[in-house]
Amino acid sequence: MGDGSIDLPQGTLDLLILKTLAVGPRHGWAISERIHQISSSALQIQQGSLYPALHRLERRGLIAAEWGASDNNRRAKYYSLTRSGRKQLSVEESAWHRLTAAVALVLEEG
Amino acid sequence: MLSMLAMLRDLSFRARALLRRGSVERELDDELRFHLDKQADKHVAAGLTPEQAARRARLELGGLDRTKLECREARGVTLVEHLVQDVRYGLRKLRRSPGFTAIALLTLALGIGANTALFSVVNGVLLSSLPYPEPDQLVTLHQSKPNFATGSVPFANFRDWRDQSRSFTGMAIHRPYAFSLTGERTAEIVRAELVSSEFFSLLGVAPVLGRGFAPGEDEVGAAPVALLGASLWQRRFGGSPDILGHTLVLNGRGYTVVGVVPATFDLYLDGGSRDVYVPIGQWDNNILLQRGAGLGFHGVGRLAPGVSLEQAQADMDRIAGHLASVYPETNRGTGVVLIPFKEWVVGGVRPILLVLFGAVALVLLIACVNVANLLLARATGRTRELAIRVALGAGRGRLLRQLLTESMLLALAGGALGLLVAAWGTPAALALLPGSLPRAGEISLDGRVLVFALGVSLVSGVLFGLAPALRATESSLHVALKDGGRGASSARHRGQDLLVVIQMAMVFVLLVGAGLMIRTLSRLWSVDPGLDPAGVMTFGVSLPPSMTGTSPDAIRTHLRRVEERVKAIPGIEAVALSTGALPLQADDEQLFWLDGVPRPASSDQMNWALWYVVGPDYRRAMGIPLLAGRFLGPEDDERGALAVVVDEVLARQYFGSESPVGRLIHMDGYDRPARVVGVVGHVVQWGLASDETQSLRAQLYFSPMQLGDETIAPATGIDVVVRSDPAAPVSFQTIRAAMQEISPDEIAADPRTMDQVIADSLAARRFSMFIFAVFAALALLLASIGIYGVVSCGVGQRTSEIGIRMALGARRRDVLGLILGGGVKMVLIGIGLGVAAAFGLTRLMAHLLYGVSATDPFTFIAVAVGLTAVALAACYLPARRATRVDPMIALRHD
Repeated sequence: MGDGSIDLPQGTLDLLILKTLAVGPRHGWAISERIHQISSSALQIQQGSLYPALHRLERRGLIAAEWGASDNNRRAKYYSLTRSGRKQLSVEESAWHRLTAAVALVLEEG
Repeated sequence: MLSMLAMLRDLSFRARALLRRGSVERELDDELRFHLDKQADKHVAAGLTPEQAARRARLELGGLDRTKLECREARGVTLVEHLVQDVRYGLRKLRRSPGFTAIALLTLALGIGANTALFSVVNGVLLSSLPYPEPDQLVTLHQSKPNFATGSVPFANFRDWRDQSRSFTGMAIHRPYAFSLTGERTAEIVRAELVSSEFFSLLGVAPVLGRGFAPGEDEVGAAPVALLGASLWQRRFGGSPDILGHTLVLNGRGYTVVGVVPATFDLYLDGGSRDVYVPIGQWDNNILLQRGAGLGFHGVGRLAPGVSLEQAQADMDRIAGHLASVYPETNRGTGVVLIPFKEWVVGGVRPILLVLFGAVALVLLIACVNVANLLLARATGRTRELAIRVALGAGRGRLLRQLLTESMLLALAGGALGLLVAAWGTPAALALLPGSLPRAGEISLDGRVLVFALGVSLVSGVLFGLAPALRATESSLHVALKDGGRGASSARHRGQDLLVVIQMAMVFVLLVGAGLMIRTLSRLWSVDPGLDPAGVMTFGVSLPPSMTGTSPDAIRTHLRRVEERVKAIPGIEAVALSTGALPLQADDEQLFWLDGVPRPASSDQMNWALWYVVGPDYRRAMGIPLLAGRFLGPEDDERGALAVVVDEVLARQYFGSESPVGRLIHMDGYDRPARVVGVVGHVVQWGLASDETQSLRAQLYFSPMQLGDETIAPATGIDVVVRSDPAAPVSFQTIRAAMQEISPDEIAADPRTMDQVIADSLAARRFSMFIFAVFAALALLLASIGIYGVVSCGVGQRTSEIGIRMALGARRRDVLGLILGGGVKMVLIGIGLGVAAAFGLTRLMAHLLYGVSATDPFTFIAVAVGLTAVALAACYLPARRATRVDPMIALRHD
């Protein structure tokens, strides 16, 4: 990616989606916008990979989908965290923290 | 637990995705459209035109269709969807090449059909359980004695076994018998079984009407009762329930019918159902209770729950030991033999069926190789198609799945056709070869056979589909588009050649197997039976009921009258009565010791001989050569001195090089010695293949007129042997009519020509030879098609090469040699491999062979030559086509 953004490591997209949904239900476009904003444009999410990820998470029961009305009254598919999705989020969050801390430690020591 | 729930949710999610494919698909559409619109709105807000905004949004999504595809895959619908697609696509492909499809289907139908047919036989005969409750508890009981591992059981011994054993819930003995049924319109001989009381109850066979036999009803002197077989009940009495209490006149005695046995009952499941069952004690036989007289009874017993065969055997050994010490004269050297019932019924055919099963598996492999070859050849034409699909984004796995789906479709359709082949072929083969298998009535296409056919089809599909599919997808990834689809052809060609070589090797093994069986049978046919069967017929008669209880002299007079009457029939060249052993049909023994030694203390120390009680013309009727002295004559009667004739085996065994003529022997049961008056040739008693290996072969001939008064009334009926001109044999109808002239109650039954008896004795071997030959012929046909196809295909691919050669001056002969040479190479390598494999494999069928070794060089060479000739003929057709190639056309081929 020539614009200075970094590629997403494998599997982190799921974590970001779950985190984004932790505050409340959103539709797909809102999720992509949210991730984009929060990461200050540094993370380039392929929108094409967002939707397969959502459908995969739905199949695994980590998120649930529901059709609702959007701000301008169009039908939109809203995703929300399920209970096991919440559990999964905390597991993956702490794993992520441990990983980054460990990597940081190695980099500093080295 | 959790993962279980997760799995269930996953499944239901996938199922919903599949079942509600339409609405899921619409939702996906809506969702992505919504996203595109939102994204476009954003870009419009940033100043793009609506068209530019929409385009940009689509680009950012990375293509609508691709995203949708990935979403579908993420939802997990695709597995099944792909399958449905693949099946549709595969069906279309198969329909478009009807020639290929037809040949592949026919090949598979024959291969799978033959396997299914044979499996239905193995299933019905060997695998399925016997139609009795708790069949594993059933055993057969026999008495072992000198010369007989599974000899018959004397009634007196049986009663002790039954009363003293602790391992059985029931034990019974039985033997076949024939009664003349009179007093009902027309007299007839009915097939009967003499049984002890527990016979039906221990087997778990309940009468369809009335009751079974009660304990004690089998004793001598009990009131005469009988059970009727349901078929006789239907035939003679219209199935009327009034039959209970009805009196049946059998051999002149009235029996009260107490019950009816189910029509399906057939003890050994060999088509030997009976018309009448009578308790043993009713048998009008003076020696019934003699402990030394086996009288053809065999036992059947039911082990008590939890008792093993070994425990029961130990129990019976104890009893046999006890009886031998109490009755040393008759019981020394005897024992009790227990054999699992199923083993007794089907043990004899298990090795044959297993060998045939191995053979038919080879046929299927050959069929699979053929189809694999067809697929390889077809792959050439499909390389471009596959390459285009790769270019359009299909992964190798996807292509592989597609190709395997096609193979599976072929295999399943072939399997379905194979079931038809089996459904038609099995009964046809069994009808062609009657009497060669026990439990033949239980062979059917049941659920287990269907599952087998399905399994075999699926395995075949993978077998013939995988290698071509791997190769096709491999090559399509690299070369196909580059060089016009012919780049991989040499590798593919090598693969095809290899398959042909393997096929030739397998066909060679099968042909050698069939050849060995054919050689065995022809060797058996050329075994000298010791008699001249042409024109010889035997049949049974029984004393008319009016003779029961008459004096021995009256019986002798009657026997003479029967013999005289048959002799008077025009065309009869010789006739003789026979009441003992009959070659290949019945056996009977006599104990004897040589003159000059004291009488041995027990029967196991006496000499044993096969015992033929026959009239003076027996030797001429059977066509047995006279070697010394004379045969029995009319003068050897109740007034003459006892005379016997011995066979060459007895003469050699007991008299060595001296002539036995004029010597005396003592026979058990006779207080006078008998003089040997002549020596005849040995007659095969036990079967063409096994006679030489039997321990009891010595033969003794004796006149029925000299039988003791207590044994003169033949307890088991009388056989009559007649000889007439083989070119104009006297019919059995003529004989039966003549017998009826003596008395309406004089019934002749069960005619058999000696030729037929000999043929029947080879039935099981003929069955296996026939089936083996059919399989080998099938394999040869398939392999010929295989090599023809491969060579043809090779000629097609080398058209331009051949064209160049011919343009450079190669003659037709050279081209013919070039193509044939390639074929010969494959055939010879294949035969080489086949020889090696056959050396190892034919050993497995050594026990089916007779007079020929499992590695018989003649068979190997003949098969090698024959197979080469057939294979070359199959190569010749495409080779000749190659010689007709027009160089100009061939060169323009590309």
